[in-house]
Amino acid sequence: MGQQSLSEVVAGQPRAVDARLAKLKRLAIVPALNEEGAIGRVIEEIRAVDPDFDIVVIDDGSTDRTAGVASARGVRVLSLPFNLGIGGAVQTGFLYAWENHFDIAVQIDGDGQHDPREVEKLLEPILDGSADMAVGTRFSGERTHGVALARRLGIHLFARAVSLIVRQRVTDTTSGFRAVNRRGICLFAVDYPHDYPEVEATVLVFRHRLRMVEVPVAMRTRETGSSSITAARSLYYMFKVSLALLIGLFRRRVTPLEEK
Amino acid sequence: MTPLRVSVVASIAAVLLLVVIFELIRSRRLQERYALLWLLTGGVILLLAAWRDALSTLADLVGIAYPPSALFVLASLFILVVLLHYSTVISRLSEQNTILAQRLALLENRLRESSEN
Repeated sequence: MGQQSLSEVVAGQPRAVDARLAKLKRLAIVPALNEEGAIGRVIEEIRAVDPDFDIVVIDDGSTDRTAGVASARGVRVLSLPFNLGIGGAVQTGFLYAWENHFDIAVQIDGDGQHDPREVEKLLEPILDGSADMAVGTRFSGERTHGVALARRLGIHLFARAVSLIVRQRVTDTTSGFRAVNRRGICLFAVDYPHDYPEVEATVLVFRHRLRMVEVPVAMRTRETGSSSITAARSLYYMFKVSLALLIGLFRRRVTPLEEK
Repeated sequence: MTPLRVSVVASIAAVLLLVVIFELIRSRRLQERYALLWLLTGGVILLLAAWRDALSTLADLVGIAYPPSALFVLASLFILVVLLHYSTVISRLSEQNTILAQRLALLENRLRESSEN
């Protein structure tokens, strides 16, 4: 699947857009840090799946041509003046979604590991009203290729811990591939975790009594760039994530933003 | 060995410090990333207070004749590390502040020009 060329993807017939979806304003939030090699294709693929998706690329202080490549394709680019980290970058997208009255926001990483063709699966529980946030997970059915053993072990450990905390089975706490409805947008616009957003957002959503579901999706290995988590730093990482989880569980709740 | 009474009082103080740090984080007045050093400091104080042989063992280990001196050395070290940490934080903040001011000036200029046209 990762080998499929751009022309093949673009040439594919755009799917008939779900009738329920047609009425809704939907936004794809694409955080990108130095992804000039992958960002163009991600944009093309989102358009191929659903041309009415508004796309906003959050350029998190890239030092390459990420912003240029993205705006050349006619999407909105929010360039942060310096690197905020993935949490701050994604929250910028949710603020944009909130201000511009979007009904649905989908987060799709700019490195190409999330397949836009899977967005449809993410949107299903949002559209039928059974969830406020749908997270695409790679372990609920699909193969787990391309994930290093040490990282997989850490992922499983935290999945267990998070499952206990939120009293719901969670299999993949590292996925940033998610869709939220307006309630989710209102919450994330005012409070989005900064350090380890993938894990912490799950706890945050639970604490605010929003409904979350996991949706099994196929993910690709990263096309360019490298993961920010190396094996050497994983112990320190695990300590800090545990601390963040603990704090997230006890931290004072915020009031989600209201509709204007 | 540290007298029992001193040990108990110091332990209580250390636990109080940890509680204050935790409450500051919980109420969002302190971010986790700046709290790590403080949590470590609180943990070390608690360890030294509760484990009554710790200080003399530590002093022996590094060759300090008078154990209370080891306490001062350790305390100074922690204060130094915290201060150094702050210096790096302030450096980053001031750099980001500069960038923000520059971007704001450019933005205001662009707004002014577009409203004049």
